[in-house]
Amino acid sequence: MAKKTYIKAITEGIDIALAEDPKTLVFGEDVGKNGGVFRATNGLQTKYGKDRVFSTPLAESGILGMSIGLAATGWRPVPEIQFMGFTFEAMDSIAGQMSRVRFQYNGTKNMPITIRTPYGGGTHTAELHGDDLENFFVGIPGLRVVTPSSAYDAKGLVISAIENNDPVLFLENLRLYRSVKGEVPDDKYTVPLDKANVVQEGNDITIVTYGGMVPEAVKAAKKLAKDNISAEVIDLRSLYPLDTDTIFESVKKTHHVVVVQESQKMAGVGAQVASAISEGAIMYLDAPITRVAAPNSVYPFPMAEDVWLPRAKEIEDAARQVVNY
Amino acid sequence: MMLIGFGKGCFIMANAVDFAKIKADEGAAYAKPVQILDNDGNVVNKELMANFTDDQLVDLMKKMVWERALHEQTMSFSQQGRLGFYAPTWGEEASEMGTASAFKKQDFLCPAYRDIPQLIQHGATVAQMYLWSKGHLKGNLFEARALRPQIIIGAQMVEMAGAALGIKKNGEKDAVAYAYTGEGGSSQGDTYEGMNFAGAFQAPAVFIIQNNGWAISYPSKLQTEAQTIAQKGVAAGIPGVQVDGMDVLACYEVAKEAREFAAAGNGPVLIETLTYRFGAHSSAGDDPSRYRTKEEEKPWFDKDPLIRLRKYLTKKGLWSEDEEKKYADECKDDFKKAIKEADSVEPEKVSDMLKRTFEVPTPDIKEQIKEYEAKESK
Ligand SMILES: Cc1ncc(C[n+]2csc(CCOP(=O)(O)OP(=O)(O)O)c2C)c(N)n1
Ligand SMILES: [Mg+2]
Repeated sequence: MAKKTYIKAITEGIDIALAEDPKTLVFGEDVGKNGGVFRATNGLQTKYGKDRVFSTPLAESGILGMSIGLAATGWRPVPEIQFMGFTFEAMDSIAGQMSRVRFQYNGTKNMPITIRTPYGGGTHTAELHGDDLENFFVGIPGLRVVTPSSAYDAKGLVISAIENNDPVLFLENLRLYRSVKGEVPDDKYTVPLDKANVVQEGNDITIVTYGGMVPEAVKAAKKLAKDNISAEVIDLRSLYPLDTDTIFESVKKTHHVVVVQESQKMAGVGAQVASAISEGAIMYLDAPITRVAAPNSVYPFPMAEDVWLPRAKEIEDAARQVVNY
Repeated sequence: MMLIGFGKGCFIMANAVDFAKIKADEGAAYAKPVQILDNDGNVVNKELMANFTDDQLVDLMKKMVWERALHEQTMSFSQQGRLGFYAPTWGEEASEMGTASAFKKQDFLCPAYRDIPQLIQHGATVAQMYLWSKGHLKGNLFEARALRPQIIIGAQMVEMAGAALGIKKNGEKDAVAYAYTGEGGSSQGDTYEGMNFAGAFQAPAVFIIQNNGWAISYPSKLQTEAQTIAQKGVAAGIPGVQVDGMDVLACYEVAKEAREFAAAGNGPVLIETLTYRFGAHSSAGDDPSRYRTKEEEKPWFDKDPLIRLRKYLTKKGLWSEDEEKKYADECKDDFKKAIKEADSVEPEKVSDMLKRTFEVPTPDIKEQIKEYEAKESK
């Protein structure tokens, strides 16, 4: 099997969705001829034509607002928001509109929209190009939020997201686009939208994380292994809903937990994981849950980015403290 | 006219509205860019030309040479990895320097990322702009009456309407607010909201849309079905005008008149400058050959804003290639000093950023400040 990059895997997944369902539409700023500013839709306009893969005028609320109308007329929109920081521009379409449609119509109407958007820092971009904003989205009823950390998951998850009949926010980690490569089958396969993945098994501590922090957690686990601390690494993949079964199973075995996120510590995914464990598995814990996260400032300009972002070293330190509690 | 079949014959039904004609006519009145000098430096509008003194002409030439030198030197720093994000301004010197020169110190500027040269003309230093590009917050601490360069396309347009209203409420007599965006930015809701609000409040606002042909890979002709962007003021009830954005004199003249109109209490104005982005979208890996051809670029290079004024001034004995080269070199020396100055500023720390998140740090942030100070002192 060929090794492919994370971004190539996403392109292949979208390609399959376009091939399988003639109602699938792919659009956004620079998505057509240019193949997106990161080339995630590279070659798709040539293959499927301008009617199905196209660039739009510059307006995020236009892109996502229009997605709702397209879905209402039978299409399956896969809009791209060029950087996650620009989703603020379209917040009403996401939180005030598309995620409520099923509820508004008594469960009878689908909103099969997959919003793809790159996120995550460390690439020294301009302001609002590196922000990791999933914390804002996991609290929106009616919206699924997923993010892959491997090339294999990227392809299978994007296909599942597009096939799903509810709105899905599909988050693509910018740092992983070309730094992560893996075995990716050429044919169609899916990865479930609400199932966490045990990336690495272990017995002494569970590291729960997702997206760009998964490779950091794996690095930390390698260091810990040298001191005979066996860490289990769980990649959530789905940030809403949470796969608590997989998390609890692991906690029952390891009795120690570190939760890691790239975004600011306040509220959000890590807090949700920690509270789910305290509600459902606290009796299995031998030590308090520790969170490793970015501090509660605005995402920094490039100069301080590398210190601001959590890294393997901090995960490793936190894990040692929890194990030795 | 509509032909309706009816039994054996057919008859013609009258229409109340000729939509096709309305559409074709819409905008025609706006598609007349103001021009003073043509591509070859010939004066095409003698009356307007008479408004300029020789000193002013030389000053505008020097500003364009300065902007091109800034572009070249900054791109070279950028290639050396000494800067972060920077948006090239090559080709847009007339549009930027012509309009910017019409405003005064007391005016309030709301720039976007491609308007760094205007911000410097308004009072920021080159070193501060290099700090901004490097991602240092000290870059935003300029003296100029202006907001920080906006990254979110269109946000500055509605922020500027607020600044204009603030100026009006302050009772400031000879002051306006002005903002720049691109033709891509003209598609954002914020741009319409800004024009409509400034119009509704009759605030002293000048909206400048630099139509440089491209929004990254997306051509301006697909950005809107409107014939011009200038006509977009109509819906807000504000006057709009198109100007040859490669003619620095026309850009200056139009911006000056717009400023006077707004400052006199007549409400906002919209200006569309027709210009061209000669190079890539940004310093970060955009490749124009993916989406546009050399044939498309060629006629725009013939309109290079420096060529026409240089030709005119040289004919009049007011300027020479030698003088231009010397001046550009002087400017580049200044920029080299500026980057040294920017490099000498102590790098940003996470603890500093945390301290600046609130006026008084919240309890959780206080803890984090301690945590990061400990890390940073290692
Ligand atoms: C809200 C928002 N959406 C998208 C972007 C990404 N982006 C940066 S520049 C650009 C094109 C802007 O084109 P235009 O307004 O014509 O200005 P130009 O860059 O040509 O000066 C895009 C899409 C952004 N910075 N902000
Ligand atoms: Mg443009």
